[in-house]
Amino acid sequence: MNVDNFKPTTVYTIYIAATPEKVWQALTTAEFSRKYFFGNAIEVEQRVGGAYVVRQSDGSVHISGEVIECVVPRRLTVTFNVNWPELVERLGPTLVSYEIEPAGDAVRLTMTESHDRTIDDDILSGGRQGWPAIMSSLKSLLETGAPLVIRMAPPQQMLAALKRMGIKTP
Amino acid sequence: MSKPEFVYTTYIETTPEKLWLALTDGDFTERYWFGARLRSDWKVGSSFEMVRNDGTISDAGKVVECDPPRRLAYTFVNLSDKYKNEFPALATFVLEPYGKLVKLTLTHEGFAEGSKFYSGISKGWPAILSSLKSLLETGRPLEIPYEALKFEG
Repeated sequence: MNVDNFKPTTVYTIYIAATPEKVWQALTTAEFSRKYFFGNAIEVEQRVGGAYVVRQSDGSVHISGEVIECVVPRRLTVTFNVNWPELVERLGPTLVSYEIEPAGDAVRLTMTESHDRTIDDDILSGGRQGWPAIMSSLKSLLETGAPLVIRMAPPQQMLAALKRMGIKTP
Repeated sequence: MSKPEFVYTTYIETTPEKLWLALTDGDFTERYWFGARLRSDWKVGSSFEMVRNDGTISDAGKVVECDPPRRLAYTFVNLSDKYKNEFPALATFVLEPYGKLVKLTLTHEGFAEGSKFYSGISKGWPAILSSLKSLLETGRPLEIPYEALKFEG
């Protein structure tokens, strides 16, 4: 897949007292992700072209994608398509990239969400609300051993915008 | 083209009161803010300064809003020559209880288009607020070398 025409819409940077390997493990394994990613399990085939799947606690596929870039433990880029009917057809694919860089004894983790077309801010509000919660909990998990308890519903403005575009949400 | 604005949200396992203290007490900020002590009496209209270890002032502005432990706003600009043509921009902190956590949202706005100061603070805030979160949750700030932020110029 050619990702040259994707442009960043949301960027979130967080510093974590952990090794790059630990952060990589947290971003790529079900065991870790269930704890900080609203109960979702991440499964990644760590090679370019491999499958990227996020399952909900009932086992159903919530997000599916393909590994675009995989440089252990530095950089992971995947397509990140929420499994709602018509979503990819109407909005195009979503690209998510994680960059892990050493910063002293800590690491800098930068998440970048990108799209290949203009996306309404109301729709982007879902990621803009969710990423800070997910990344904050990931940091707490790696630093304290316990994730944060964050309950969160999708933003109303996003659900309304998706409905206007004929995209069904659960 | 819209003017640049920096928004950053983080969730911290603490109380609004502890977070408020961490944001306003110089002894506290020195531990997580690259050694900077914030100095102000936190009255609206009063001066706001960031003081380095050697006593010199790196940044200065004014207190705009102070409603403990919910909302704090101040303007500031870095006083180095690099930013000599820039004016103070407004940083607003909103602290909201969120279950057993506190949701902290920082909005930094009022920059000119192409502001170098904006570019600097965009790199600085994630490091400062990450270190603040670590300090409140684990008792230890992060050791992030200033150079690791990769400031331009």
